Amino acid sequence: MTSVVTELAVPRRRSNRKLRRRWLVWAGVIFAMIVLCLPGLWVVLTAFRPNVEVLARPTIWLPQNPTLENFLKIFGLLPQVQEGLPVGQYFLNSLVISVTSTVVAVLIGMAGGYAFARFRFPGKSTLFIAFMLSRSVPGVALSLPLFILWSRVGLIDTPLGLIIVYLAINIPFTIWLTDGFFRQIPVELSEAAMIDGCSRWQAFWRVEFPLAKSGLASAAIFAFLTSWNEYALASQLTRTTASKTMPVGLMDFTAQFTVDWTGMSAMAVLIIIPALILTFIVQKHLIAGLTFGGVKG
Amino acid sequence: MNFLRSPRAIPYLLLLPAILVILAVILLPLLVSLWSSLTPYVLTRPASLYQFVGFRNYERLWGNSDFWWAFLRTLVFVTVALNLEMVLGLGLAMLVNQITWGQRTIRTIMMFPMMFSPILVGFLFKYLLNDSIGFVNNALYSLGLITDPVPWLVDGTLANLSIIAAEVWMSTSVFAILLLAGLMAIPAEPLEAARVDGCNAWQVFRHVTLPFLMPFIYIAMTIRSLDVARAYDMIRIMTNGGPAGRTEMLWTLIARVGYQNSQMGSANAMGYVSILLSIIFTFYFYRKLASARAFMGGAQ
Repeated sequence: MTSVVTELAVPRRRSNRKLRRRWLVWAGVIFAMIVLCLPGLWVVLTAFRPNVEVLARPTIWLPQNPTLENFLKIFGLLPQVQEGLPVGQYFLNSLVISVTSTVVAVLIGMAGGYAFARFRFPGKSTLFIAFMLSRSVPGVALSLPLFILWSRVGLIDTPLGLIIVYLAINIPFTIWLTDGFFRQIPVELSEAAMIDGCSRWQAFWRVEFPLAKSGLASAAIFAFLTSWNEYALASQLTRTTASKTMPVGLMDFTAQFTVDWTGMSAMAVLIIIPALILTFIVQKHLIAGLTFGGVKG
Repeated sequence: MNFLRSPRAIPYLLLLPAILVILAVILLPLLVSLWSSLTPYVLTRPASLYQFVGFRNYERLWGNSDFWWAFLRTLVFVTVALNLEMVLGLGLAMLVNQITWGQRTIRTIMMFPMMFSPILVGFLFKYLLNDSIGFVNNALYSLGLITDPVPWLVDGTLANLSIIAAEVWMSTSVFAILLLAGLMAIPAEPLEAARVDGCNAWQVFRHVTLPFLMPFIYIAMTIRSLDVARAYDMIRIMTNGGPAGRTEMLWTLIARVGYQNSQMGSANAMGYVSILLSIIFTFYFYRKLASARAFMGGAQ
């Protein structure tokens, strides 16, 4: 009789433990997600609040009078504010600089990645490491000599100057990603195309390029986000509305002792929206690209 | 000329544009930086760029306590932040790996901090931790945990902790996502075999899961070490090295000496030290990654 009881009791206790464990796991996950999301959410809420709510005591947790005036304000569209910040111009600068440098970086990086994935040549691994190491030079340290050089050749405070710099930042990482993507495509496919009469050039564009397209798209988005978010170099190599980008413009809101919290939050939302959309599009390829490009050597 | 037409030249020709860009935008500036670190170059006196003084700037750094404090602080910051990110990222990845329902959604949410540029993260935490209107103090006050505002970014020690917290918030996801991909790639057989052989949970983790994850940990470390200096943006907006230089890192010090004080020669000397530091760091993890990768390749 006793043996029957224990036999019944053990599985039940185990399933209880399992259930409790599952609850603990979920509690942990939810806590982590709240920590990861709350700061961003708070800034988004602030972007839609009137300034008085930010300063109010006691704290107003949810916006009582949601408003778009912060966005209108930073674009200089509010009638009572005479001079708005040139945020529209910053946005345009950011867009032009990021898109141009991304397109060129992906073309150059793709050629490089293809070379690393498909050819054996002397100096290959040294060259690969050299590319990776060039990416690790800190932006501030690099900005000093670039500042000296760019001011001599007249590239300071021009979009072109920043585009060239972002090329160099994006190419190594694009090479690393595309190398991984091209390795995943069996060599036999392009070899078959070449036997069927394609040149290597045609085989690349007709066979390998279409297969690597989604990977290349994620490399492009990665490059775009790097340029879109870059601050250390842009803050020193740009001076005026001619070339200032969004991250640099964000600092316009901080004076010595006062900070325009609502204006900054609105601008932060404008910076984050493109990043948000693009990251959602590529998240799957991004993870695959980073891990398998790296692991399967 | 014959070489250029031969098939052996193809990979070099493909790489040529990339090499040219890197030479022009990274290597040439590094040479300029090296040269100017050997001169007393001050921005307001352009002629001083051609005045060679040997290693005087470096010798002065040797006796410069501001520099050594910044150097030390940067080392501690990077070590503490990366280790915390690694441990928390691993923990988060293992938690998320346990759930079956809604994992994809959770993974998407996990990418949230990765979308924020460091300058935005800095702004986020500057705002959240503001002593009079910040979310954190307001929340603590409403919960009755504090009566006076906590000076998160005004007190030296708290400011350093706040910067580490912001950095960890920003980058734990990178580790979590890469390690989660690693966890999901682990084949089930070795795990089951270890359990059948009587391993407890810790032993399974230590002897099966962790060795499998090592390449992924090194990838994450390599990727992070490539852009760990982006913490400059964050610190620039959060404290800009203050209060009274208590959160000064190498990167903020370089910017201050170079642009604010126009002492380019001396700033470039510091810059060189920070560049070497980053390169050594990245190289170390890259070698580790290469050997872990070779090991994985051998096992498969």
